[in-house]
Amino acid sequence: MDKIKTAIIGSGNIGTDLMIKILRLSTRLEISVLVGIDPNSDGLARAKRMEVKTTHEGIDGLIKMPEWSDIKIIFDATSAKAHHFNWERIKNFSDKKVIDLTPAAIGPYLVPPVNYSDNTDLPNVNMVTCGGQATIPIVAAVNRIAKVHYGEIVASIASKSAGPGTRANIDEFTETTAEAIEKVGGAERGKAIIVLNPAEPPLVMRDTVFTLSENGDKDAIRKSIHDMVQEVKKYVPGYDLHQEVQFDDIPETNPVFIEGLGYRHGLKTTTFLKVKGAGHYLPEYAGNLDIMTSAAMAVGEKMAQNI
Amino acid sequence: MEHKIYLQDVSLRDGMHAIRHQYGKEKLKEIAIALDKAGIDAIEIAHGDGLAGGSFNYGFGAHTDWDWLDGIKDALTQAKLTTLILPGIATIHDLKKANDLGVESVRIATHCTEADIAPQHIEAAKKLGMDVGGFLMMSHMNEPKALAKQAKIMEDAGADCVYVTDSAGALLMDGVIDRIKAFRDVLNPQTEIGIHCHHNLSLGVANTIVALQHGANRLDASLAGMGAGAGNAPLEVLVACLNKMGAQHNADVYQLMDIADDIIRPLQERPVRVDRETLSLGYAGVYSSFLLHSERAAKKYGLDTREILEELGNRNMVGGQEDMIVDVALDILKSKSN
Repeated sequence: MDKIKTAIIGSGNIGTDLMIKILRLSTRLEISVLVGIDPNSDGLARAKRMEVKTTHEGIDGLIKMPEWSDIKIIFDATSAKAHHFNWERIKNFSDKKVIDLTPAAIGPYLVPPVNYSDNTDLPNVNMVTCGGQATIPIVAAVNRIAKVHYGEIVASIASKSAGPGTRANIDEFTETTAEAIEKVGGAERGKAIIVLNPAEPPLVMRDTVFTLSENGDKDAIRKSIHDMVQEVKKYVPGYDLHQEVQFDDIPETNPVFIEGLGYRHGLKTTTFLKVKGAGHYLPEYAGNLDIMTSAAMAVGEKMAQNI
Repeated sequence: MEHKIYLQDVSLRDGMHAIRHQYGKEKLKEIAIALDKAGIDAIEIAHGDGLAGGSFNYGFGAHTDWDWLDGIKDALTQAKLTTLILPGIATIHDLKKANDLGVESVRIATHCTEADIAPQHIEAAKKLGMDVGGFLMMSHMNEPKALAKQAKIMEDAGADCVYVTDSAGALLMDGVIDRIKAFRDVLNPQTEIGIHCHHNLSLGVANTIVALQHGANRLDASLAGMGAGAGNAPLEVLVACLNKMGAQHNADVYQLMDIADDIIRPLQERPVRVDRETLSLGYAGVYSSFLLHSERAAKKYGLDTREILEELGNRNMVGGQEDMIVDVALDILKSKSN
């Protein structure tokens, strides 16, 4: 079977890492073009060395290239604003599907082990955020055992792994992730926090997931979380539980006051995750990069089966 | 360019940490009105971790920020109503909501090396017509020149003032002086400089005064030190010192003494003071807000609080990483059982 041809728009950290992943690991996808806007970007230079075609003229440059007609899947790793622009161009070509790695969220949120099957045949799907990809599977794992009232996540990433795009759009991270905790994770209310840590040597990405759910069988919740970690590990090998799942009972006599929900009680479940990157473009600490590009590639491979 | 002394009270924001964000709405209003009467220039109100800080990670408040802020603006006669946000926790949306409730000044807080996540928020606050401070937390973790570069990023984005924020109460007086001087070297003369201290090494007042003497004019303090860790520079003590120095300001020291002792101290469940735990924060250079969370984790897992704090320091944890406290406690338990 021939590999499906793809292009990546965005030659920053995420786009370049995704290119390397597809080149090295994918059995179903082939990377035809890496698209940038800065002819001197490190990503485009890397692509040339790896014999991938490039353009520095953005989406319009790509559409002019002879490779364009054969490309079936386009990954957009630019910014929310740029994605809106790119999508206006791409949507006129009905044979092409877009996997959006920006927070633009034109298409529905997609977290592979949670809701891929609901969204197999759409022209545009969104990959939420790095923190969302790491944590929403856990919220869903609790929710399939005990209804989750509230899901909160804290993503700590190494300063070196946060590029200028991420830094200039930090609200998009918190807002997009919170919304996807509700829409995909199943929580009645979601909250997301991101912390940048500049320590040297850089710290590996950590994510902590707190849920407040109805009282449920703790063993069943623990098992559900462990099973989900194994599901994510299939496409992100560096994804692990860093501690055993922790439980706290929040009794009706001493409830917590959650904005938007009021007083709630039940079971608090805390899950400590560590996401070690594969070290493709940035070193191992950049698990945030790895989980995003790995999830996007996993979605691309599933899409390729249906093309 | 000479800037006037500007006293900002943080009892109703930083002070939240000392009582797990549990101020009642009426009590908070009573304190704000008393501070206004006592001549304080600005009163900061928010969850201890800023707007939208209510969470499992930082502790849920007794009220939402909006409930706390509601009705305060109209009760003040001269003081500015202010708040604080940490990009990564609160958003511009939250800032607008606070502005709608009469908040006219805001501090945008980032870790001392991450100022470039703040410009969007600074610009948004300026567009709303607000007075804006940049707040460089854990300032002891960045060298004076490098810290001043971060201050410049905030000034370039439009900040009216930038703070040296000693969140861990870890700076000695020379460390404060060097940082204030470095700010003065690179910032425009019209940009004000602020100082925010914690009292973990008993230097809260002394550090504030040396900052003033070297060019800072916006001074943070709280009644009876009501704040994270061993608290902030105690406001009534700072004002007494300013009086003895002959410095010009608008605050009334006797009224402040009364509010501190009659209203604030009775609220403290855990005394806000320098003791082995809070001293350890300053000594290990750990974020002061970690105190109560670490004490709780130590109790739950049968550990010594200092052991947890020291390890958090070793790991270079920054403000906001409260989730790592239980993580560290569990790691210590694992290493003990091996």
